[in-house]
Amino acid sequence: MSFGPHLLLATLEGLVTSAVLALMALGLSLVFGVMRVVNVAHGEFFMLGAVVAWWVASIVGGHPAVGFLAALVVSPLVVAAVAFAAERLVLRRLSYEPEATIVATIGLLYIIQQLALTFYGPEARPVEAPFSIRVTLPWFGYSGYKLFVIAVAALLVVATWLMLTRTRAGLLMRATQYDRETAQAFAIPVDRVYAGVFALGAGLAAIAAVLIVPIQQAHYLMGLDPLLLSFIVVIIGGLGSLRGTVLAAVLIGLSDGIISVFFSPTLAKMLATLLVALVLVFRPQGLFGTAPR
Amino acid sequence: MTDIGSKGARRAGGLTRRGALKGMGAAAGLALGPGFVRYAQAQSSEPIRIGFQAHRTGIGAAYGRWYERVTEAAVARINEEGGINGRPVEIVVEDDGTDPARGAEVVEKFANQHKTDIVYGTLFSHVVTGSAPAAGELKMPYYVVSEGYHVASGRLNRWVVQPGITDVRSQVTSVAPWISGNLGKKVTMIYPDYAFGHDHRDFFEPAIAAQGGEVIAKVPIPPTESSFTRYFPQIPSETEVIYHVMVGPAVLTFVKEMGDFFGSGGPALFGFIDSLEAVALSSPGLEFLEGSHFWEGMARYAQPDMPDYERAYREAVGIDDSGASLDDPKDVSTAAHMFGCWETLYVIKAAMEMADYKGPDDRAKVIEATEAMSGFDAGINHPQGAKRFNGKLHQCFGHQNISLVENSALKVVHRTSIEDGLYEPEADYTAQPF
Amino acid sequence: MRTDGLARIVALHLGLVLLLLALNWLLPEYHRGVFSRILVLAVFAMGYNVMFGYTGLLSLGHAMFFAAGLYGAGLTVYHLGWPAPAGFAAGLAAGLALALAVGVLALRTTGVAFMIVTLMFAQVIYLLTLYFTTYTRGEEGLVLAPEDRFIALPGAVLDPTDPSTRYLLALALFAAALAATVAIVRAPFGRTLVAIRENEERMRMLGYDVFANKLAAVAVSGVLCAAAGAAYALLFGYVGAGFASIQYSILPLLWVLLGGAATTLGPIVGTLAMFYVVDVTSGYTSAYLLVVGLALILLILYFPRGLVGTLRERWLPWLP
Repeated sequence: MSFGPHLLLATLEGLVTSAVLALMALGLSLVFGVMRVVNVAHGEFFMLGAVVAWWVASIVGGHPAVGFLAALVVSPLVVAAVAFAAERLVLRRLSYEPEATIVATIGLLYIIQQLALTFYGPEARPVEAPFSIRVTLPWFGYSGYKLFVIAVAALLVVATWLMLTRTRAGLLMRATQYDRETAQAFAIPVDRVYAGVFALGAGLAAIAAVLIVPIQQAHYLMGLDPLLLSFIVVIIGGLGSLRGTVLAAVLIGLSDGIISVFFSPTLAKMLATLLVALVLVFRPQGLFGTAPR
Repeated sequence: MTDIGSKGARRAGGLTRRGALKGMGAAAGLALGPGFVRYAQAQSSEPIRIGFQAHRTGIGAAYGRWYERVTEAAVARINEEGGINGRPVEIVVEDDGTDPARGAEVVEKFANQHKTDIVYGTLFSHVVTGSAPAAGELKMPYYVVSEGYHVASGRLNRWVVQPGITDVRSQVTSVAPWISGNLGKKVTMIYPDYAFGHDHRDFFEPAIAAQGGEVIAKVPIPPTESSFTRYFPQIPSETEVIYHVMVGPAVLTFVKEMGDFFGSGGPALFGFIDSLEAVALSSPGLEFLEGSHFWEGMARYAQPDMPDYERAYREAVGIDDSGASLDDPKDVSTAAHMFGCWETLYVIKAAMEMADYKGPDDRAKVIEATEAMSGFDAGINHPQGAKRFNGKLHQCFGHQNISLVENSALKVVHRTSIEDGLYEPEADYTAQPF
Repeated sequence: MRTDGLARIVALHLGLVLLLLALNWLLPEYHRGVFSRILVLAVFAMGYNVMFGYTGLLSLGHAMFFAAGLYGAGLTVYHLGWPAPAGFAAGLAAGLALALAVGVLALRTTGVAFMIVTLMFAQVIYLLTLYFTTYTRGEEGLVLAPEDRFIALPGAVLDPTDPSTRYLLALALFAAALAATVAIVRAPFGRTLVAIRENEERMRMLGYDVFANKLAAVAVSGVLCAAAGAAYALLFGYVGAGFASIQYSILPLLWVLLGGAATTLGPIVGTLAMFYVVDVTSGYTSAYLLVVGLALILLILYFPRGLVGTLRERWLPWLP
């Protein structure tokens, strides 16, 4: 294939990665930014979202779009409820101590993984895409559903943005993020904001998962790689900067796609990883972060 | 008493300690006189304990679940037929987590805590490779069902045997003539960028060259990858056959993306079913595989000309005509590999009976008995078909199936001969001391 | 005041090493084998603890140092035919070189950025082990032949395939690492590291070279972890890419947090506890990860400073 179309394909692929990554990383960024804790179980919320999506879609039946839409509603709610319960039962009682939270969320990771293995099984299972259109370009074919994912993810990112900047709930979150003590002094129920943020973050991961299961499959070990990638995105974007998170997701998705045009796959992966690490080395506050307070 | 051997200067300390333990055991026996005698009498009917290293968790869990079911079925049948040497067989299962470090620990646990007579194991080649040193040091026969080339390469040791499933080098070599004769001569290979994939690359290339074909491009995919489309442009347009072998849950994505990319006009596809074990061929997105070909160790779908013993085997392990569990049609088996568990257990039975196995002191005799075998006839003990066994290589060689995807099912269209898969041996384990 | 505790501290650590020595003849065979592995992995955890516990640098990439030792020893012995002690030295050298290189770059960052940078460097090392599958055999790994692992000493040959010899070698490594940690913790260097952890700005204003001290901590940590990796390759004879994966970066963090960060005995206690929780529960249920997960959560709820850390906080404030 000649260079131009190859680059186009790599860019499209990069955008799909970016879109899903942005959604997932937004969730992590909220938790990171507001609660100042590292949620290692974020990838498992993603996995749980995919598993619930499969479950909903296989119960609903009928046209695939019906199952898909049902999953898009049910899965984030279920996952958010699980996250909410975990927050109330465990994280709150640890007073959000960063190190204790890491251990507790690793514990949570094991629990969710084992439950998925026991009740869902070790197989990889796909959810049928709501529609199947193959877009035929002169040089190659492309999945219409993937283009749909890019669009929906972009819409959802904008919606999250509006929620954070235009609603009262968003205001409370931002206030808590900016200065916890002052927020408390102004009678903001910081405690409940935390629970809400944790649930919202998990819900965003679940939405990302529902979008991805028609492309990839639900599997009980699928959470790790997206977790690592979204960590990277959040930090590169700059802690607490939602705009940074989204831009970093696009940057990382695209660089991953485009570098693969020029090198053999594993080498490309190494170079892309190294490149992003070096960005952080020479700009430790991230691309769009402000210097640490 | 288990003779866990040790060599050289270090021997004295270890022996003293074991001697002491032996003394303690004897003292206990004397104190409990009657019980001791009863044990001695009962020895002939004491169960033979086989440690089974299973992928219950980790990336191999889908395989592990079926390996365990087939093992249970085979042992039930062996016990119905009177066990091994008249002694019942008991399986002790430990999870290896599909992790090589844990695999080695589990082998030690079988030897030193469960006191099993032998160990029998697992699929993923890194677990086998990681466990092999422990088996060798403990002088514990370790029968594996992994299809890796690790055994036949001579890289492991005398205690590791693979008598129930053909290794990947032989599989790859045996399918090359059919591919070049039926699908095309210009091949692009897509494989995971680690040892298993490299074995495919290194052995398929000369095999297809010997048929006048050529590998025109190689696309190794890093195992951390979950999306593949971006690599497809590296497939040259003159490619006649895409040879693909992927492992792990991402494979459905791979197939689906290939479908989106090529549509109906792409090159012919030849794949290893490893990627789609435990996955229903009717899964959404796999329509693209219609008309493509796969290697299968044993047929997943019941074939019309299937011999009776194969039917009996399928019934015993509990799979229906489409290779799914009789209890749950959504639970698809790993039929192309799991027969190896059944056959390996029958080789173990034969070897232990040949060696007149009495207890752990006879472990080396079991290995020697296995090495003395030259092949197995097709039948209920070897339902996948006849096999040749090379005692020096510790490896068996069997027939391979090439199947066509037709109406979302697999139809066997060619069965290779054993000779197709033979290669120049590189090892001789019998030259190693025990 | 410092010298007061010294006798007690020396007695405690020496006592532990002597107890472990006695266990070589007391432990049932299986558990002696388990302890051999745990002693080696505890050195990995101790190396991690130098950076994380005492210096406050949370790394998510320590598998790369373990892997540097593992491959440094494994590849030189396997491909170049080096004798085991030379292989061990090569492992240490690889660990030191990698630690210095990673340290110089990663220490430009702090906090979460440091976590991520180390994570990504480790990912690159992991991919390297796969990229060079021709030499490393990738995920499948290499097996070192028993005779290549013999350690020739003047007058004797140590055979690490013998369970007792292996245990004693692992214990020797563990004792050396423990002595090094105790010495570092009590030396001015160790106190400087703790002070940096507590207040980096103040140390800088007091005229300390914070960067050099941190780099030294990374180097010590990297070498200890590499020693564990090299010992693992030589004692157990297997070298594989799995040890470079993210899982082996999270494990030492878990062991240290479980045992107690910034305690000299936390790493061994945490490693032991974690191993036996898995080993025992997997005997009763195939869903043992559930039990492990619950155990972790309960432990951290009721022993937030880890096992040894909580002991120190409540009853034994003199523990180092």
